[in-house]
Amino acid sequence: MSAVETHMTEMLVAKAESRGLSFYYGDFRALKNINMPVHERKVTALIGPSGCGKSTFLRCFNRMHDLYPGNRYEGEIVLQPDNTNLLARGVDPIEVRMRIGMVFQKPNPFPKTVFENVAYGLRVRGESSRRRLEDKVEQALNDAALWNEVKDRLHQPAYNLSGGQQQRLCIARALATDPELLLFDEPTSALDPIATASIEELMHDLKERVTILIVTHNMQQAARVSDFTAYMYLGDLIEFGITDELFIKPKMKQTEDYITGRFG
Amino acid sequence: MAYAKDLTQVRALIASHKRWDMIFALCGMLALMIGVLTFVALFLDMALDGAGRLSWDFFTNFPSRRPGEAGILSAWVGSTLVMLTTAFFAVPLGVAAGVYLEEYAAKNWVTDVIEINITNLAGVPSIVYGLLALGLFVYQFGFGQSILSAGLTLALLILPVVIVATREAIRSIPQAIREGSYAVGATQWQTVRYHILPYSSAGILTGVIIGMARAIGETAPVITIGALTFIAFLPPAPVTAEPPFVSFEWLLSPFSVMPIQMFNWTSRPEAAFHANAAAAGFVLVIMTLAMNGLAIWLRYRLRRNIKW
Repeated sequence: MSAVETHMTEMLVAKAESRGLSFYYGDFRALKNINMPVHERKVTALIGPSGCGKSTFLRCFNRMHDLYPGNRYEGEIVLQPDNTNLLARGVDPIEVRMRIGMVFQKPNPFPKTVFENVAYGLRVRGESSRRRLEDKVEQALNDAALWNEVKDRLHQPAYNLSGGQQQRLCIARALATDPELLLFDEPTSALDPIATASIEELMHDLKERVTILIVTHNMQQAARVSDFTAYMYLGDLIEFGITDELFIKPKMKQTEDYITGRFG
Repeated sequence: MAYAKDLTQVRALIASHKRWDMIFALCGMLALMIGVLTFVALFLDMALDGAGRLSWDFFTNFPSRRPGEAGILSAWVGSTLVMLTTAFFAVPLGVAAGVYLEEYAAKNWVTDVIEINITNLAGVPSIVYGLLALGLFVYQFGFGQSILSAGLTLALLILPVVIVATREAIRSIPQAIREGSYAVGATQWQTVRYHILPYSSAGILTGVIIGMARAIGETAPVITIGALTFIAFLPPAPVTAEPPFVSFEWLLSPFSVMPIQMFNWTSRPEAAFHANAAAAGFVLVIMTLAMNGLAIWLRYRLRRNIKW
């Protein structure tokens, strides 16, 4: 059975859905009426040339734009199963970020120990029991395929780790609080090919448990890791579909030009 | 080679241009030497003049009418207590203001005006602070001519330095660290408490100590609020024999400080007192240099585990 058929026969459940989403940096409309689902326990990739709005779109999901003045959302991002509009005025961005984790472009561990980096999300949630923290940290580091490499230096500075290890540490930090949706913003663009491969493999394992939305610059990466792909250009969503279909038989001419390298 | 006619000419051209490098380097070095050598000359002159007076007794004696018996006990104790009071007030106020301006305040014209004002505040002559303190702390609040009044005055004086140092230290923290903290669901306060304050503490401490090094040498505002020039007793001890064992009476005690002691001795006609003044000046400069040294050491220690 081909991958395409697998997708066809499986029941797809939307974990989140963007409905009529537009986003403004001041007067500049960076996203234009985006409608697309993010399916549960699948990897969805956002691709497109620089400046197309894919990172902007990703950062709407955890309200990162709220940290800076002059930004404005229009439309909705609805998170299931509770049907909450993440962008609603009454919804606290902190509540949103407690449910949705994020991994950044450049590894950004805190200048603290390995242990404290992973435990941070739990501490923020008021967890203070040493035993529970230790259990959770070990589990998260295991999930991030990092435990064996760092178990003997949990209390050493995180900056002593290699770049790839730092990025997996950041993934562990996000996983420690059991997010419902995990956002990756070009997570391998600062890493070498070997570290990149290990992160991609990790993503493949993680989607058993958590929904993943990833921005990537690299079309091969999107093809390798994702189940669904969205192609964006200048703030518009041009095409959304099953990754294999989108790459083999794109419906839109623009998508075809981009993935065949004739443009972008 | 588009312009040059031949290689020899190019080399001659480069050599003539490089002469200016040499000329500027020499001028810069000369300018630097004027500052450094002046300080070294003054310091050595003072050290030589005062060397004869430096002894254990000089630190443990009160001022006296006889120059040979006079010491700086009340002055260095006064300076130390005033500095403690200054730090006690300036650090929390300055750090809170700096953190608020960087992390909480909306970036608009109001914060711009506040920012310009803080920078200007650092340039207000210190005697103006003295006059303000005389009216406000000494009379209005009734703290009198006390260590508390002096500490508050100098705290106001170095507040801009502490605020600016705090802001600079906070600004050097990469935005990625803040985003990493917010992304797991932290509030602003949690981000400040777990990240901003710990990572900026080296810079803040350095700023505080440099501010204090300036405050310890301040004379004008302390004279204005009525520090004594001749005092032959110490403030009440902070620890007592009876419960509750701690006493804050020293805060309201009259006092003197090192620069005032020095100033008093230089204005005496007897040459022997001038030697005392030189010795006191020597001690004051050493205290200041020690504080600056401490700032450098602390910065090095605290920065060791933090790199971006």
